[in-house]
This record gives sequence, C-alpha cells and structure tokens, in this order.
Amino acid sequence: MLVSILHRMTGAALSFAGLALLVWWLTAIAGGTEAYADFTKAAAHPIGLIVLVGLTWAFFQHLLSGIRHLVMDSGAGFELETNKRFAVLTLAGSLLLTLLVWVPQLGAMR
Amino acid sequence: MNLGQSATPLGKVTGLGSAHHGGEHWLSERVTSAALLLLGAWLIASLLFLPSFDRATLAEWLAAPSGAVPMALLVIAAFKHALHGMKVVVDDYVHVEGNRFTLNTLLLFLAIGGASLALFALGRMAFGGSA
Repeated sequence: MLVSILHRMTGAALSFAGLALLVWWLTAIAGGTEAYADFTKAAAHPIGLIVLVGLTWAFFQHLLSGIRHLVMDSGAGFELETNKRFAVLTLAGSLLLTLLVWVPQLGAMR
Repeated sequence: MNLGQSATPLGKVTGLGSAHHGGEHWLSERVTSAALLLLGAWLIASLLFLPSFDRATLAEWLAAPSGAVPMALLVIAAFKHALHGMKVVVDDYVHVEGNRFTLNTLLLFLAIGGASLALFALGRMAFGGSA
C-alpha cells in the first residue's frame, strides 16, 4: 500500500520538480558562467540541498518500485510474503542508495 | 456500446479502465521506463566519472556526442514517461471529462515545452560553439 502510493507521489515529484531541475541545470550549463553560478548557488543553499537529497531519494524509490511493478507485470511476486518483502526492500534500497550518493558529497562540502 | 452476447472477448473489454483506451499507452510507459533504467545508469556513471562539476567540464561533456546524444535521449524518454505517468494520475482522479481533457492538454504543453528547452540547451552546446 505505502510503496504503491509512494510510486505515484515520487513520480509526480520527479515529473515536476525533478524535470524542472534537469531543464534548469542544462540551460544553466549552456547559458554561461553567470547562469551556472546562479544554479550552483541555489543548489548549495540548505533548502536547495534538501530538495536535491529529496529528489535523489524519490528517484531511487521510484526506480526500485518501478522494477517491482515490472516484475509484477510479468505475473510474479504476488504471494503475500514475497510481495511484502519486495516492497520493504524498495524502501531500504532507496534509503541506502541515497546515502551512498550524498554522504561522500556532503562530506566533501564540509 | 453494449453488444451483449454477440460481442467478441476483445469487444467486451476495450474501452474499460479509467482512460477508456490505452494498451499502447500502458506499453509505452514500460518501454520508456526500461530506457530510463539504462539512461539513468549512464547518467549516474557519467557524473561519478566526471573530474569536477564546474561549468566548463560539464559543457565539454555535453557538447561531445558521447554526452549530448544520451542526454537528449534521456530528456525525451523522461518527459514522455512523466507525461504518461501524470496522465494516468489525471485519468484516475479527475472524473469530469472536460477538466480531464484540459489538464491532460496542459500537461502535454508543459512536457513539450520543457523537453524543447532542454534539447535547445543541448543543441546550443553541441553546435553553438559557446561552450
């Protein structure tokens, strides 16, 4: 239940905030030094960092529960035990992958 | 249309579901997800291997075909996947036909606009020489 609704919520977050950020990032790189400085300034701001870490988690959560949905599309994994274990694994996996990406980054920023 | 007993098995099920059509839509959602799995892995690997995140390095990476082409594909696949996903959400939760059509049309404009902006930025770096 939780993982299923999280798939929609993270999908919506990635569709709007995630893609807006991707477009901003690409246009800033293409736009020149000043445009890119504006982007990195916003990204390094505490609120910017919270958004980036949040979107990283949303990305991994959506990716892992997306794989779960693909497996379930094939008709596998509907047994209650397996299904629940897979759902919990997506939560643990997304958290772990987010930490793997951001702990070295935040460590380097200190 | 209810054809009762005379309907074929396919005829009995087409038009059901919240979008009232959509086999291709369902499949496209999965095909773009597979593409994004590959392109997402490419993006993460590329970012890990970049020596730095300063503008010059990123612009050089995205101006080369090895960066520009996968990134353009990622932009297209991501916007298509997002548009499809948001359409599913709209179709599921918005029940008034006119509102649903309006929202889906706005999402379509937003997706095409966003994707065009991103592709323009990539083109500018690859062909513009301003990088």
